[in-house]
This record gives sequence, structure tokens and C-alpha cells, in this order.
Amino acid sequence: MNYDPFVLPLCIGVIILAATLAYKYLYWILTLSNADKFKILKGLFSFRFFKACKEVFLESLVHRKVFKVNPLLGYMHMSFALGWLLLILGGTVESKIHSHRPFNAPYEPVFFKFFNHDISMYPWADEFQLLMDVLLLFVLSGLVLAIIKRIYSRFFGMKKTTKLRLGDRAALMTLWLIFPLRFLSESFTSGIYHNGGFLTDGAGRMFATFLPLHNLSYISWWAYSFALGIFFLALPYSRYMHIFTEVILIFLRNFGIRNCKVYNSFSAVEVHSCSRCGICIDKCQLLTSARIRDTQSVYFLQDVRNNTVREDKAYDCMLCGRCQEFCPVGINLNNIRISKRFDFTPGNKNFEYISQKIEKTAPVIYFAGCMTHLTPSIKLAMEGIFRASETDYIFLDKDGTICCGRPLMMAGEILKAHQLIEKNSKLIKDSGAKTLVTSCPICLKVFKEDYLLNIEVIHHTQFILRLAEEGKITLNKSDLKAVYHDPCELGRGCNVYKEPRQLLNKLVDLQSIKNEAEYSLCCGSSLGGLQLNSVQRDHIRIDTLAALQKPEHDLLVTACPLCKKTLSKGADSEVKDIAEVVWMGMKG
Amino acid sequence: MKDFGFTINKDRQIDMDTADMRVAEYVKTHEPSFNICIACGTCTATCSAGIFTDMNLRKLFTLVKRGEIANTRTEIAKCMLCGKCSLACPRGVNTRNVIVKINQALIKFSL
Amino acid sequence: MKKKRVIVIGGGISGMEAATHLASMGYDVTLLEKDKELGGHLLGWEKLFPTMRMGKDVVEFLNKGITLSKVNVIRKAEIVNAVKTGEIFTVTLANGNKFESDAVIMATGYDLFDARKKEEYGYGIYDNVITSADLEEKFLSGKPILTSKGNVPKKIALVHCVGSRDEKVGNVYCSKVCCVTAVKQSIELKESIPGVDVYCLYMDLRMFGMHFETLYKEAQEKHAVNFIRGRLSEACENQDSSIIVKVEDTLAGKPLRMTVDMLVLMVGMVPSAGTVKVGKMLGLKFGPNGFLKSMDQHTMGTITNIPGVFIAGTCAAPRPINNVFVDARAAAITASSYLEGYDIEKRISYS
Repeated sequence: MNYDPFVLPLCIGVIILAATLAYKYLYWILTLSNADKFKILKGLFSFRFFKACKEVFLESLVHRKVFKVNPLLGYMHMSFALGWLLLILGGTVESKIHSHRPFNAPYEPVFFKFFNHDISMYPWADEFQLLMDVLLLFVLSGLVLAIIKRIYSRFFGMKKTTKLRLGDRAALMTLWLIFPLRFLSESFTSGIYHNGGFLTDGAGRMFATFLPLHNLSYISWWAYSFALGIFFLALPYSRYMHIFTEVILIFLRNFGIRNCKVYNSFSAVEVHSCSRCGICIDKCQLLTSARIRDTQSVYFLQDVRNNTVREDKAYDCMLCGRCQEFCPVGINLNNIRISKRFDFTPGNKNFEYISQKIEKTAPVIYFAGCMTHLTPSIKLAMEGIFRASETDYIFLDKDGTICCGRPLMMAGEILKAHQLIEKNSKLIKDSGAKTLVTSCPICLKVFKEDYLLNIEVIHHTQFILRLAEEGKITLNKSDLKAVYHDPCELGRGCNVYKEPRQLLNKLVDLQSIKNEAEYSLCCGSSLGGLQLNSVQRDHIRIDTLAALQKPEHDLLVTACPLCKKTLSKGADSEVKDIAEVVWMGMKG
Repeated sequence: MKDFGFTINKDRQIDMDTADMRVAEYVKTHEPSFNICIACGTCTATCSAGIFTDMNLRKLFTLVKRGEIANTRTEIAKCMLCGKCSLACPRGVNTRNVIVKINQALIKFSL
Repeated sequence: MKKKRVIVIGGGISGMEAATHLASMGYDVTLLEKDKELGGHLLGWEKLFPTMRMGKDVVEFLNKGITLSKVNVIRKAEIVNAVKTGEIFTVTLANGNKFESDAVIMATGYDLFDARKKEEYGYGIYDNVITSADLEEKFLSGKPILTSKGNVPKKIALVHCVGSRDEKVGNVYCSKVCCVTAVKQSIELKESIPGVDVYCLYMDLRMFGMHFETLYKEAQEKHAVNFIRGRLSEACENQDSSIIVKVEDTLAGKPLRMTVDMLVLMVGMVPSAGTVKVGKMLGLKFGPNGFLKSMDQHTMGTITNIPGVFIAGTCAAPRPINNVFVDARAAAITASSYLEGYDIEKRISYS
């Protein structure tokens, strides 16, 4: 067996890393709820397992989603992840073929060139040299990008607030050293024994002309081993924890485990899966419009990890979900933010005074939502549409009502929200309705996500489209040019993008805009942003309106009373809800 | 002491000299828009909870500013944070956050 | 020597009065008015606060000035361009006519706030929600005041501060005239509809002008107008198209609900479209509220950042008629001294 004391740092690093990871992951999985544990058990023996494997390959190695958003960043991540893994796999196969044994010392593939000077005596030796050097070059190219990114992004202030902790610092530094050191070690050795590929051998011959390689090569192998060892030791305490944790996350998610707004070990897995790619940063309108630079999800998750969440940072977020939409890891950033707000909520609520009762039953129940009462045109349009389609319905909050609970939920008052959910659920159940229609996407979100209603919950755009398709109402198309603003809670929140557009295409000349659907900007009034002052909200609104300005249009259409009310201030064109546009056409 | 047939009941008046301003100060620091309220009452008129209960946001805010916080805890507990008041306020008072901050202050000062 | 020329843009109160005075001083004055008739918003008001004299009296006074001073009036003038080249201003109209001058008076006035922007108040949605301007039109028509269904209203509420002092519509300033207009219209309603109950829903009553307070007292004393301190949050419509209003009676400390047959919104002033358009053409500065900006709030009223351009009346800020008269004459004086070579900017020693 080949052995030299310099392999020790690597071996110690790997052993401790494996132990730490095993401890953390087991702890997280064991502290999941029993229901979630059962899901894992079921998932392991189902096709979901293979789906997860595929996703791990595409996301953890190839970094497909990062590629989609930013090809250069995607390449950087891929070169590290895929390149390194292939180096390990290639090295392992090579060393086993070379030694003719299925088992050899685990460090042997890593330090193959140190122990094996003669490389011509095994099959495909030349191909292996070529392959390994190509892979090394692949990783090194990613490293160059990483260095450029770090220097470049400083100009953008991205790293200004990311305070690197000791673990991060050590891991970052050693990660940057690992591959240059590998390159140097292999080159130096090849300079002496000519056992490298095109890259390392070429470099080795060059180094040999002016460096004392016999002395240097041994030192560089030590340094390489140290770099690896320290990196592995630091890894669990650095952002590189995401490398392994994301794999766990992908499996758990494929097994059907979801973030439920209460911080638990699944949330911990999500938080540790963040690679701090920073894609969320410039998607955040608090940065681009309100100039708040230190609250973006990447920073927030870091605070969560380090247990240093400050109250103001927990609340400095509109929960618009733009970052979440773009997060390549698919972390439920909104729910993590909410779960942390929960820690700061006083939990002092008393809704005993609510004693609403349902007077009659009907197949459809309509919930306009609190905000809709401040935009009566929407309410009247819906009443008109219900009348015209001869729908038998109950207007649950005709004279105002219990709030749906979503605003409390967004403020982190999860338990109190559930008090309202209970009260509303009873009313809805008593109504005997099969369909719940709401005009407010904020309500829609909570009805769908947190109410356990066994009835259909839809937004009025979906309901109206169905009425039109069933021929119960007739839509009249006008030649007005219109643009559509996707409300956060309807689009990203409830994934309703299609129906409003289908409806609008039957009503107006719908123009496409730049920030559409999942890219949609927040109007600035989101109930998630409790702490924003009116000036900051105005900045966001003004920028969003500016983005909505093009192309020219007669009508700015949205599907949320809060968006409508907000955008009406300062809009050049008329702002209407889809329901109003429908009703306008029906009235003639 | 001679009985004049009436007494001055201390609880009948706001005593600004001895009032407990901790909650007011806390909220003013953490949500400065609390200062710009002109007590127009739009929030109270539009309040979703106000339909069912006698919670009065405008009055509650005024009382907090006068250090009258004896009933604040029970009153503010009735708020559903729906945000209608924020949307209606002509001054741009961040009413929802004021409520959150009042709640936090009550806990902070164990009131 | 050739007469110096002045163009006055806007034929409302301020434009007419400034033009009259400049012409009387011997300048060659051209008054450009976008409508077919001079008088501006004043044509729409029947009686004026606080004296209840007829608006048309004042229009007559103004018109006489224009005629006597021989002001050159161009009606239906749509300005498409206004520039200063050297010391000369050139204003081009849509019909191609060009006018040159040595000074310009901006008297482009205000527009009424579009009450539909306050959706929760129901203007344009509910038939019995009207604005103060609509009510004035009804007074002018001389016909009886009736609800949309043709009934005599028994209960009417007037809402103060619609589109003023409201961050939510972007107008944070006070429009000055609405409070006293509400008092005036309350009295008129009381006088024209026997037995009607009138309620004013206000945040603050700003009776700042001389005799405004007297009018307020008269409304209480003689006409028993009810004043409720509370801002309207929202209005709803009943089946019979009467209106439910929701306010807090802040003095009673309780939410208040009331059904009225008619709701009158006291709409405020916003910078007129013409003010914005021509102001931009001339390169004038606008204040934070969108009105034209004078160079100094205390000492340089009527004087703008462009030498030779003077502002008069409500294009600079909301003002009642008496102030507009004074302002117009001040603009005429400052324009005249400018034309005679007096440089007021020399006196500025502060930045």
C-alpha cells in the first residue's frame, strides 16, 4: 500500500466531515414530524427516488436553473460541482485500473500522481491523462470566474454586508487554493517524472527549467493535502455546506415534504442549502427601488444560519416572492421569513368578539376581501356578473367581515391567523358551498394554502373565465389596448397566470410587457412589508409604474384590489380590475 | 378636612406629568409615522374589527400618546391586521406596524 | 419707442386682472384663453363666499377691465409651443399663429381634483355622489336640487378634503377653499331645500379668511348645519340608491354610520393640465406639489426661475378669489418693473 504522512490532513478532514454531516443530517431527519418521516420512508421506495436523483444531477451538478438566469454564473457553479465530481470519479477509476484492485486506499486516487510515476503500464493511460487534465482545466476556469466575480461584485456592494465568518473564510480560501495546488503538485511531479497530461506535463517541463522541483514537489503535495483537509473541516461551518445539503433537500422535497411557515428541521435543511449565489439580490425591489441593501434573502438566510436574525431584518421584506421565484435551489424564502417573524410576535390577539353566522346555503360563496371594500367598482362588477350568470351565491363579507388571516400570517402571527382561519372555515363549511370565489389574491393564497377546505378555492378571474366558457356570460371584446400587471399573491403566490390572460385576450387588445408573469414587479403596498415607510413604498410604486408604461396602452389591468388602489396613484392610464373590464363589456 | 360636596377624582383626568410614556416613546422610535397621525378617524371608520367590536384605533393611538395604556393590551388584541386602515390613512401612517410595535412595547415593559 | 409686449396665458381671474393692469400701464398685452369665453372656473360658481355675492358680478368686473384697457384677447387658443429666445418669448398656437413678447404672465390656474380617483367615495359609481362643482352647476341652473331619482333630498352630507391633504392620492396640501365652500354650499342647500338636514364631515375646519369664521357661525346659528369631525372612509349604495357613509365621530369617539340621499365631495385643486404643459415648455420649475414654483416663498412670489416669466393665481398654489386678485396685480407690477429694467434678483443675498 502506498503511504506517506502528507495524506493525513486530507484523511482527517474527510473523516471529520463525514462524521459531522452524518450527525447533522440524522439529527434533522429524526427531528422531522412523524408524518414527514413517513413520507421519506414511502418516498425511498417509489419512483420519486429516481426523480430526485435526476434533479440532483441537473441542479446540484449541472446547475441548470443558475444557467437559465445567468449562464456565466451557471458555468462557474457547474465547473466546480461537476468538474470536481468527475475528477474524483475519473481519479478513482484510473487508480483502480492502475492497481488492478477494486479496493485501494481512499486517498490514492487523490494523490495518484505522487505515488505512481510510471503511467504507461495500464489500459487507456494516455486517455486518462488527457481527461484528467481537461477536467482540471475545467475547474480552474471556474475558479478564475469566481475570483473575477468576487472582485467585480464588490463594486455592486453585494459583499458589503455579507460578513464572512471564520468557517466561511477558511473554506473560501482553501477552496481557491485546492485546484491551483493540485495543478502545481501534479506539474512539479510531472516535471520530474513526466507522468502528467498535456497541461500538467507541459507546465512541469516549463517549471523544471527554472525551479528546484525535487524540493518543491513534496512540499506542494503537503500543501494540497492541507488545503483539502482544512476545506473539509471548514465545510460544515461555511456556505459550502450547501453542496451536500442541497442533495438532501432535493430528496426531501421530492418525497413531498414542504415548508409550513413554522421553523423546523426541514427549514434548517433549506437554509443550509443556500449556496449564496446572490441571484436573489438584484431581484429584490427593496434594493433596486427602496435602496435597502442588507435584507435580501441571501443575507437573511445567513443570519438565520448564524442565529443572528434581527427583528428589523425579519420584517424588511415585502414577501413578494420574486427572489423565491428565481432561487435556483428552490428554497421557500417567504415561509422562512414568516417563520422568523413568528419569533418576534407577541401573540396577543383575541378574536372572541367575532360571532358571524351564515344565514343560507348556496353552491358558491363569494369573499370579496377587506381591501375590495375600498375598491367598490370591483365589488359591484362581481355582483353584476353573479347576477347576469344567474349564480346562486352567498356574499360572505357583504357588510365587512372577518379578515382571511393572511395579513396576520404575513406578519408572523401564525397562531392568531389560525384563530381567524378556524372561524372563517366554519362559516364556509356552514354555507354548504362547493366553490369559494375571492376577489383578493391575498385571501386566495391563505384559503388555498392554510385553510383545509374540502371545496374548490378560486380567484374571480378563474371563475369568470369558467362562466364565459360555459356560456353563462358573454364577453365583449373592445379595441382598447391594455397591459396586465400580475399581482404577487396571485401569480407567484398562487400560480394563476394563465386565466387572467385568457380572459383579457377575449376582452381587450392585450400587450405583452417586459416584467410579466413570474417576473412581475410588486406594486409596493404588499402587506408583507410591514416596516416600509410611505416614501419607500412610493419609490417601489413609481418604478413599477414606470416599468408598466411600455408599450403604450389605454388601460392598465390588474386582478388585486390592493394593486389597483396602489397603482391608481400616479398612473397615466386608467387602472381597472379584470372583473370591471368584464362587467364594462357586459353592460355595453 | 371640610367636605365641599365634591371630590377631584384623579382618574378622571390625563396627568401628563406622571403619564407612562414608555409605549408611546417606543413606538415613535420604531415606527416614526406614529407621530404624523392627525386623528381624522378614517382608520376607525374603515376598521374590519370595528364592525364587530368597539375597538377604536384612532382613540387607541391617541390614548397611547397620552400614556393611557391600561386597556391597550385588551383592545389591540382585537386587531386582525387586515391593513384596511393603512390603505385608507390620508397621512400615510404605517398603522399595521404601529400596532405591531405597540404590542411589542407592551411585552417589553411587561404591561 | 415701440411699446413693450406682454403675453398673459390663461383667461381666468388672475389672467384677466393681470392683463387689465398691464394694459392700463401702457403695455401691448395679448391674453390667450383656451376656451371660447373668459372667466375660467369663476363661470361655474353661482355665489361666492363669504359674502354670497354673485360670481357673474365679478366676471363682469373683470370683463369691463379687459374692454376698457383694450387687451388683445385671443380665445380658443391652444398653445403648442412657448419658448424664450434671447430676451424674446414666442408662443405658437395650434392654428399656426405666433405671438412674440418681452414678458409672459402664467395664469394657467388649477383643475379640480378628479373625484373618481377616490374610488371608495363612489363618485362615478353611485348616482347620488356628486362633487362641489356639480352642486354649483345645479345652483347655477336654477332648477331644484333633486336626487338621481328625482326626489327632494332629506339628508345631505358634504365631505371635506377630497383630493386634498391625502397622501393616498398624492396631494398632501390643503386646497384652502373647500372648507369654506362646504359651509357656503351647506347654507345654500339649507336655503333652497326646506327641512333638509346637512352634515359636514371634516378633519379640520380651516376658516382662515376674514369673515370665513362668521359664515361658519352663521351656518351653525341660522341654518343648524351639523358638523361631524371625522373623515369619510368609504361610501356604499343602498338598493334605493341612497348612500351609506362610514366615518368615525372622533369627538364622540365612536364609529358613525349614516344614510344620506346625496353625498357632495368637496374636491380640491390640482395644478391644471395647462400649467404643467406650458410650464414645461417654458422650462419653469415646479414645487413638490406640482404647482409652479416661485423663487422664494416670502420675498419672490410671482417671480420664477425664468427672467420675464411671472406667475399669478392658482397655478402657483390653491388660493381664494380675493387673494388671486391681489396676486394678479402683484404679478403685473413685478412684470412691469422687469420690463422697465428693474432687476429684483439683485436683492437676493441668500442662496
